[in-house]
Amino acid sequence: MSASMTQTQTQTETGKLHARSHAPLNEPRIAVRNLDFYYGANKALKGIDFDLPDRQVTGMIGPSGCGKSTLLRVLNRMYSLYPGQRATGEVLLDGKNILDTDIDINALRSRIGMVFQKPTPFPMTIYENIAFGIRLHEKLSRSQMDERVEWALTRAAIWGEVKDRLNTSAMGLSGGQQQRLCIARTIAVRPEVILLDEPTSALDPISTLKIEELIDELKRDFTIAIVTHNMQQAARCADQVAFFYLGELIEVAPAEEMFTAPKQKKTQEYITGRFG
Amino acid sequence: MSASNPTLEVASGSGPAKDMRVAEALGRRRRRVAKAVKYACYGATGLGLLLLFSILATLFWNGFSALSLGVFTRVTAPPGSEGGLLNAIVGSLIQTVIGTVIGTPIGLLVGTYLAEYSKSSPLANAVRFVSDILLSAPSILIGLFVYQILVVPFGGFSGWAGSVALAIIVIPIVVRTTEDMLRLLPDTLREAVIGLGAPKWKMVTMVCWRAAASGIVTGVLLAVARVAGETAPLLFTSLGNLNWSLSLSGPMSSLPLTIYAYAGSPYPDWIALAWAGALIITLGVLGLNIVARSLLRRK
Repeated sequence: MSASMTQTQTQTETGKLHARSHAPLNEPRIAVRNLDFYYGANKALKGIDFDLPDRQVTGMIGPSGCGKSTLLRVLNRMYSLYPGQRATGEVLLDGKNILDTDIDINALRSRIGMVFQKPTPFPMTIYENIAFGIRLHEKLSRSQMDERVEWALTRAAIWGEVKDRLNTSAMGLSGGQQQRLCIARTIAVRPEVILLDEPTSALDPISTLKIEELIDELKRDFTIAIVTHNMQQAARCADQVAFFYLGELIEVAPAEEMFTAPKQKKTQEYITGRFG
Repeated sequence: MSASNPTLEVASGSGPAKDMRVAEALGRRRRRVAKAVKYACYGATGLGLLLLFSILATLFWNGFSALSLGVFTRVTAPPGSEGGLLNAIVGSLIQTVIGTVIGTPIGLLVGTYLAEYSKSSPLANAVRFVSDILLSAPSILIGLFVYQILVVPFGGFSGWAGSVALAIIVIPIVVRTTEDMLRLLPDTLREAVIGLGAPKWKMVTMVCWRAAASGIVTGVLLAVARVAGETAPLLFTSLGNLNWSLSLSGPMSSLPLTIYAYAGSPYPDWIALAWAGALIITLGVLGLNIVARSLLRRK
């Protein structure tokens, strides 16, 4: 244990990974308790316990197949689309277990939005892409809708680029613009939590930077969970970091602590690039 | 396996030294076979194209010389009395349009069921299997089937019966293209719609259909092109009509049936009209195919 501490300190001294956030963690917005998840007979998550702090960013890291994306897909019940996938345990949002069968799943998804690895614009105009989600849950007048669309696109830092072409197809945007459009589409329905599943892994560095700045700005209003393969990204964006390995949550801690003094040897090996 | 000569082992692994004469002989043989296969392919392609173009050339030669304004303005008439094909053209258009209008929604919904609602359940597999059989069933069987269920019970041949027979041919084509096109869509697109809190039917109708629209429309156009030239399903259903008639409850004329009747007749003016009719169908189908392909390419 003392040996590993020494190595950690060496790592910090080289300054490769500096967590930017020194904020104390807020009250939990979502609490995950003793969560198990199965793909058929294959157990992919084992007894997960952790909290998503309100209006802060939780980075979820770990090697491929460790269960971090699976966990994200539990949080908005996306797995319910696929027969054979099931979760047991509790995921509490405002004290209510969202895994219960009596939950209104569409209303839940309007409260917990998701952005995917690959941009997924719908085959319609930019305006309609944003309005689509809003219309599912609210009845707005034309002018209210215009306002909301502008608000969402502004918050996603893409309004300036698209305001003159709202009625053109969203398929004509660049990859980075499409991803910000997808973020705008997600926040347009005014969720409380936003789940980001490797949102920048298909993007160029400049688009990545824009999305990361956006995440920083969005956390004033939204609770955010981001799955990433990129340790630097986790260090730049997250207030809290959770490390997963082989379906288990190995360690969860404030970002600064995670990158300077991880308690588990496995965590330390992963963040120093020893495996994964 | 230990090589007898250590220097060879370094050069090319184990085994005896490479005999260059054998290698060259093998190379010559390989080139001969490659050449033979290449020329066989060219030959077969040439033969196919030759047959196709000789059909088209004969059709164009005879068809264009028989084509006149009268073909489009006069109805079929007894030999020697200046008839046209107006009733056949209009009858074909009516039955093709009604057949497509009946068959397309059914095919679209079945294809959607297969792709979106029940990917590999026993029922879906059965439906897919039956649809594929229907796709390649001899069309005269479909004509006889409709004869049994519509012509016999309702006491006569009718345009409706012909349209239904064509619809049955349209359905499996649209089922197949709809399912294929929907399956090409990435699952993340579906998850993105569901992730916004949309119910599944909205995902299907407002996003998936739209995303697959050009492919689905192409399938429908190909189905139209196919049924526009069908003769067999109409023989026992709409029968054909020598007079002007827009009534769907009576026998109705159509181009393929008229060609079938005229081409076998001994009268030169009827034979010429048959050529003109064949040319009209061919050009129509060609046009539809070009539209369908350009739609698909734009995708």
